[in-house]
Amino acid sequence: MKKICLTVVGIYILLLHAFAQTSNSVDSAYEPKPLKLDEINLVSSYYNQNGDHSAILGGIGNEHVVDLANGLELNFVGWDARKNKHTITAGLGFDHHTSASAAYVSKTGASKTGGTRVYPSFNWLVENENKGTSFGLGAYYSAEYNYHSLGLDASYSKKTNNNGQFDGKISAYFDQVKLIYPSELIPVSSTPTTSSGATYITTASGNTVLSGGGGYTDEKPKIPSAPRNTYDASLTFSQVINKRLQASVMLDLVSQSGYLGLPFHRVYFNDGTDHVENLPSLRYKIPIGIRLNYFAGDNLIIRAYYRYYFDQWGIQSHTIDLEVPVKITPFFSLSPFYRYYIQTAARYFAPYGMHTAADQYYTSNYALSALSSNFFGMGLRLSPPDGILKTHLSNIEVRYGHYLQTTDLLANIVSFAFQFK
Amino acid sequence: MKSTYYGILIVFSCMGLFACTPVKEYQKNRLNDAEMSLSSRRVQKNELNFQTYREGSAGANGGKTGGGCGCN
Repeated sequence: MKKICLTVVGIYILLLHAFAQTSNSVDSAYEPKPLKLDEINLVSSYYNQNGDHSAILGGIGNEHVVDLANGLELNFVGWDARKNKHTITAGLGFDHHTSASAAYVSKTGASKTGGTRVYPSFNWLVENENKGTSFGLGAYYSAEYNYHSLGLDASYSKKTNNNGQFDGKISAYFDQVKLIYPSELIPVSSTPTTSSGATYITTASGNTVLSGGGGYTDEKPKIPSAPRNTYDASLTFSQVINKRLQASVMLDLVSQSGYLGLPFHRVYFNDGTDHVENLPSLRYKIPIGIRLNYFAGDNLIIRAYYRYYFDQWGIQSHTIDLEVPVKITPFFSLSPFYRYYIQTAARYFAPYGMHTAADQYYTSNYALSALSSNFFGMGLRLSPPDGILKTHLSNIEVRYGHYLQTTDLLANIVSFAFQFK
Repeated sequence: MKSTYYGILIVFSCMGLFACTPVKEYQKNRLNDAEMSLSSRRVQKNELNFQTYREGSAGANGGKTGGGCGCN
């Protein structure tokens, strides 16, 4: 009997010891993981637009634009000694566009019509999965010939106990608009000159150079810039409603100040004279949106979005977006979508030849006119669990959209997104 | 101004329409589907950009609220 008792106690101690070993070994086995490339994302788009309300020509003229945009993102993921997950995202974008109306920054139509934009970005996100919190910082830069933008943001999110999540983000953009005026409207006082006395007339995204002094020179002119600053406080609350429905509410409080027009936008008054667009130097914007996603049945999802917007310039708008992804298989879906948008005009907008000399602020940019638009198309998504053809390419999305505005602007966009894991 | 109030009222009414029911982690297979994500799709990024520049409003959709020119 003694033997049996000793054996039982022995086994018990052995088991305790075994579990103690296991539990200790799990804790001691945890090691921080250094950052490792986890995901690569590539997004490319081709955009083509036609219209006849160019702001450069004061609300008339060809608005043809072609834009090819490419963005690459590398995601690195690692865990620190406190078991916090770190995600670092490094991005680089490159766009090239041609714009028919840009030629008419110079009166004769001799300006350059093409331009490129390069925009690197960097984001750092730390997630504490036990507490359900995350904190992030981001930096962005965008450079094109006549416009530079530096952006910074900080974000925080916290999950609630009831399948909800609060997200807060503050962003600031510090932009510089190069003051490139229509050739006939270049103020004498701001005409850039070189040390040799040559005088330049510079066109949008171009380098048309006229010498008024000692002959032509290779020296680049110094064109003055004006600041444009944007501050945004963004709040989002997301909530799981039931097993098939979840929703989020988004609110942005946006303040813009500085040079809010564009210096090469013309405005023609009713007396036949033309002027540079002039807009107030302050604009508050408040958009509030709600998104509802519902999984209906086994293969159908309804993604609905509504936004109401108003701003200090008198624009109010409503946006309704409906997308219905149909899952053909668990890893392949087709998503028809439709978006309707309507806005009132900014109080400073008037068409070609309608502004008067009594107007303090004036623009003929049709983006600020009363308008409505329809945007519809189709997307597809392919994401097999083993990758496409068993490669690192884990996800492909393709999307085509056709856009029609009541200002007669018509556009088409096709986009591709590739994800490698 | 009336439509400002209507807009805000619509959004908050939508929020009040739904009473939440508790959902366990293992019941979230549909909610975790990639198509159910409560954000814009990555492939929509440039669509949101052109809409921001061709229309007078922006924001509350994961797209840009500032920065950038939209000059053309």
